[in-house]
Amino acid sequence: METVPATGLLSAVWLLIALPLAGAAVLLVGGRRTDRWGHLLATATVLAGFVLGLLCTVQLAGLDERSAGVELFTFISTGSLDVQAGLLLDPLSAVFVLLITGVGGLIHVYSIGYMAHDPGRRRFFAYLNLFVAAMLLLVLGDSFVALYVGWEGVGLASYLLIAFWYTRPAAATAAKKAFLMNRVGDVGLALAIFVMFAQLGTTSYAGVLGSVGLLAGGTVTALGLLLLLGACGKSGQFPLQAWLPDAMEGPTPVSALIHAATMVTAGVYLIARSAPIYDATPTARNVVLAVGAVTLLIGAIAGCAQDDIKKVLAYSTVSQIGYMFLAVGLGPVGYAAGIAHLLTHGFFKAGLFLGAGSVMHAMGDRTDIRRFGGLARRLPVTFVTFGLGYLALIGFPFLSGYWTKDAIIEAALDRGGWSGWLLGAVAVVGAGLTAFYMTRLVLMTFFGRPRWEDDSALPTGTPHEAPPVMTAPMVLLAVGSVAAGFLLVQVFPLDAWLEPVFGEPAEAAHVVAPAVVGVVVTAVMALGVLAAWLVVGRREVPTTAPARVSPVVAAARRALYADAVNEALIMRPGVWLTRALVFLDNRGVDGLVNGTAAALGGSSSRLGRVQTGFVRSYALGILGGAVLVAGALVAGTTA
Amino acid sequence: MSDVPWLLAMIVVPAVGAGVVAALPAAKAGLARLLALAVSLVVLVLAVLAAVAFDPGGPRFQLTSSAPWIPDFGVEFALGVDGIALVMLLLVGVLVPVVVGASWHETSTGKRSMRTFWAWLLALESTMVGVFAATDVFLFYVFFEAMLVPMYFLIGGFGGPNRQYAAVKFFLYSLLGGLVMLASVIGLYVVSNSQLGEGTFAFDALRQLDIDPGVQKLLFAGFALAFAIKAPLVPFHTWLPDAGAEAPIGGAVLLVGVLDKVGTFGFLRYCLPLFPDASRELAPWVLTLAVIGILYAALLAVGQTDLKRLVSYTSIAHFGFIALGIFAFSTEAATGAVLYMVNHGIATGLLFVVVGMLIARGGSRRIADYGGVSSRAPLLAGVFLLAGLASLALPGTNSFVSEFLVLIGSFPNRPVFTVVATVGIILAALYVLLVYQRTMHGPFRGVLAAAEEPPPPTAARPDGGGATAVLTAPAPGRTAPVRDLSPRELAVVAPLVALVLLLGFFPQPLIALVEPAVQATMSDAGVDPAGTSPAVGEEGTD
Repeated sequence: METVPATGLLSAVWLLIALPLAGAAVLLVGGRRTDRWGHLLATATVLAGFVLGLLCTVQLAGLDERSAGVELFTFISTGSLDVQAGLLLDPLSAVFVLLITGVGGLIHVYSIGYMAHDPGRRRFFAYLNLFVAAMLLLVLGDSFVALYVGWEGVGLASYLLIAFWYTRPAAATAAKKAFLMNRVGDVGLALAIFVMFAQLGTTSYAGVLGSVGLLAGGTVTALGLLLLLGACGKSGQFPLQAWLPDAMEGPTPVSALIHAATMVTAGVYLIARSAPIYDATPTARNVVLAVGAVTLLIGAIAGCAQDDIKKVLAYSTVSQIGYMFLAVGLGPVGYAAGIAHLLTHGFFKAGLFLGAGSVMHAMGDRTDIRRFGGLARRLPVTFVTFGLGYLALIGFPFLSGYWTKDAIIEAALDRGGWSGWLLGAVAVVGAGLTAFYMTRLVLMTFFGRPRWEDDSALPTGTPHEAPPVMTAPMVLLAVGSVAAGFLLVQVFPLDAWLEPVFGEPAEAAHVVAPAVVGVVVTAVMALGVLAAWLVVGRREVPTTAPARVSPVVAAARRALYADAVNEALIMRPGVWLTRALVFLDNRGVDGLVNGTAAALGGSSSRLGRVQTGFVRSYALGILGGAVLVAGALVAGTTA
Repeated sequence: MSDVPWLLAMIVVPAVGAGVVAALPAAKAGLARLLALAVSLVVLVLAVLAAVAFDPGGPRFQLTSSAPWIPDFGVEFALGVDGIALVMLLLVGVLVPVVVGASWHETSTGKRSMRTFWAWLLALESTMVGVFAATDVFLFYVFFEAMLVPMYFLIGGFGGPNRQYAAVKFFLYSLLGGLVMLASVIGLYVVSNSQLGEGTFAFDALRQLDIDPGVQKLLFAGFALAFAIKAPLVPFHTWLPDAGAEAPIGGAVLLVGVLDKVGTFGFLRYCLPLFPDASRELAPWVLTLAVIGILYAALLAVGQTDLKRLVSYTSIAHFGFIALGIFAFSTEAATGAVLYMVNHGIATGLLFVVVGMLIARGGSRRIADYGGVSSRAPLLAGVFLLAGLASLALPGTNSFVSEFLVLIGSFPNRPVFTVVATVGIILAALYVLLVYQRTMHGPFRGVLAAAEEPPPPTAARPDGGGATAVLTAPAPGRTAPVRDLSPRELAVVAPLVALVLLLGFFPQPLIALVEPAVQATMSDAGVDPAGTSPAVGEEGTD
């Protein structure tokens, strides 16, 4: 991959990061003075970023190398370590820039309406801008260190936004949990960077990815696994998936932007960006595949049993990112497919979350789908846009998800052998489960008898459709949900655009004819839809969750006991350990030292007496000595 | 400009200031603090001017001056700084005015007048400058011991309820270390006497010595014990939580921000260059203590119920990182360790200052006595969060650069120690976010809520009424709402906030200032100062 120094507009690519960062700074430092227009400024920085990103991408497309670098300044340089603050705009970072600023811009616009009555609106937009800046740094950085800085930056923004309504203990706890589980992954990413420096003496993409061939096999595998650990933390993949559903405590636009469309897909970006490393280590690739397959099932199963509209979508995100991991774990045949699904998912999942936000807006912030029902007529725009997002997600023929998910399933089957069949089967089963939980969600929310009419606490005048500032972004995202897949696969093939990064698109093996895959997947999807209709569409939905359920449903409700396992294996032993150490430190270490001192001094009571008078006079003695010495010095030098 | 005795001036000015302040009538406490502020600002200006006069590419020690002191024993009053000592002086210069500002409304908890507090503070500044500026080992020792006196009186005279115990413990520990070090200092003199024909304490002469490895180990042990107590490394740490908790906030900032750095500074300045073989041979022991400290102190920080003890334990964990960076024997890690000393002083200084502002409002050090402060004092909460994020070394804050350098520089030489230390970053996130959530998030409650709205007489205290146990200042029955940061408080935190961010994004000027000194130290220690060479890649592939 050849990178040329950026010229023209491309050399201003740093503005993409600087604009939202400046926006965040103005809003945070400016304080209440910016309350009236702060949200508009924040939105403008992101929309301006989208325009700039679009122009840069057009210029990039005109370059032969399709890869432009910008050196900004020396970040850290000491000894043989040299970390430059530099940016890299190439086809991969360009699609992320467009996704982040495009979807991000729409979500900013939506938030103007959604957060209109929140007293913390300015703070909200400041954090949102901070997120966009950090996320752009993550994808535009030209070294693993720059990525790491952005990586932690989005983690901070995520923490701040999950805890946005911090007076709610659940929100504060969820934010802390997200940050901590991410930190576990960060250790992996940090160690990977250390290994790169120790082995290759550099951390830049050009230096590391161009020299993978020099590394021993074991080292490459270690790198692959360490990077994967980082990716799992950020992307909510097994075994670090438990934080993502809790992150729904944040305002819904946050769930749409950070916890669906962009930040949580950073793990996929990391693996795709590190493609030369994974290309050289089938072992690490297999672990990526296993993580993806396991997570896509865990997420889908848990999604089937949730009653909170945002939780269903959150587990769906966990599951869909599992698909993306599966794709990039396949190696060269899967990178472009994974990124394509990432992009279409960005559209339809962001749209679905905004739709969920619109429903909550209409229902006095209620999220229990057992108390929804019959909202299609009350919220027509929301229903239609949400419905299109739903169809795109479950892979309804010729909508976005159909193209990109099928591509992943085909690539998995093309792997051949038992593992190809197994992965393909998992992906197909996942598609059926996706159809089930999403249909269940749509039926319980928009169809059937209204189960909210007896809710006297519901604010008057509800439910009502959201204002245009909210519905317009929903409409645009719905359009994307419908068309993006077709455009990315058929019209502007993404794999050709990404060729400078991932190499020539491989000729597909077509172990199973694409048409057959399409038919089978569609049939399984239809089964899922039918099953959901049989469970919640055909008969009355109870307004409280049935208590007596099969062990399978009980397990699915608790997301296969992920929290319980974490608590039993890590949290409780950790609390005991901490308590024991505090006791030990106070009684043991300190006691030992005090005891020794007492023994030397004769007895502890004597030490007690010694403590006051003697020490003070000794201290004064030292001082007196010092003064005398200083006096002698002065006398000596003047003499 | 390099002819001006900047360093001597930085020692003399605060010393004279201390004398003047002490001589004021007791009733003039207001004038005393004004004088203290003025003097500390003068020292800051002197430090900045000294830094301007310093040429990073020049000789190792600059701004030197020396005068015979005890000629019979070859002791000289010799001053001079390399890049490492210079940045420590800058840290002192920045922190003392901040401490003066932070202690502005401090009231005496004991019998002594606040005038004495300001005098001791200036005296402390004078000795802190001396300990970093000395280039004569005996002079270093004198300042090392003299530093204890003002700190002892700051803790013992103006600290919390248990101040006497804490001050004495601090003093005895430090004294013990100092005495052992004195033996080693004398040992160095004896060795120099036999090798050079005449005894000397001059650092530049001593580092030329070729000391027998066995003797090296003994002398190293003397210095190392003193520094391990000062910095504190586990298990020599138990004095710090008491001292940090009981000291007045200003004392705590300087104790953890500067005094403890004398230990790590000493490792780097004296142990590695003077005893390279012993340092190398005994490094695994120090590294073991360092890494145990990182995890052990972090877990203890998680378990603390007292705000100031918590910050003290986080510092012990951070000192583990610094020791790791020093004893990893690489330019990158040692540069990281030096940056860590500066950055930790700024970040933990900020954390202590803002914790002090919280305690000043609530009158309690107990974490459980606070809750939901964010909703009433968002600025205070924001600064608290930033300081906490710096403590957990989030990129964008200054601490990230130093922690990253320490770890990445240590990894090639000491992969196992580094991997274990890296796990510490999870625990750092835990102790920071836990205390932040407990005090700042959730519904507004605790002592501040009680002060704002006295509870009905029937209401039982939810936490069993332990709030008064660790009162540091009486919180009279206020009914005024809790105030966010005042303009004075903003002025106090603003320089530190700015430095946290500035050095987080643009650390290279600081690195350039210290790197030559680090490289000279590495040369003395027998390490290639050019840095770590990669295992397989060619250097400079990017």
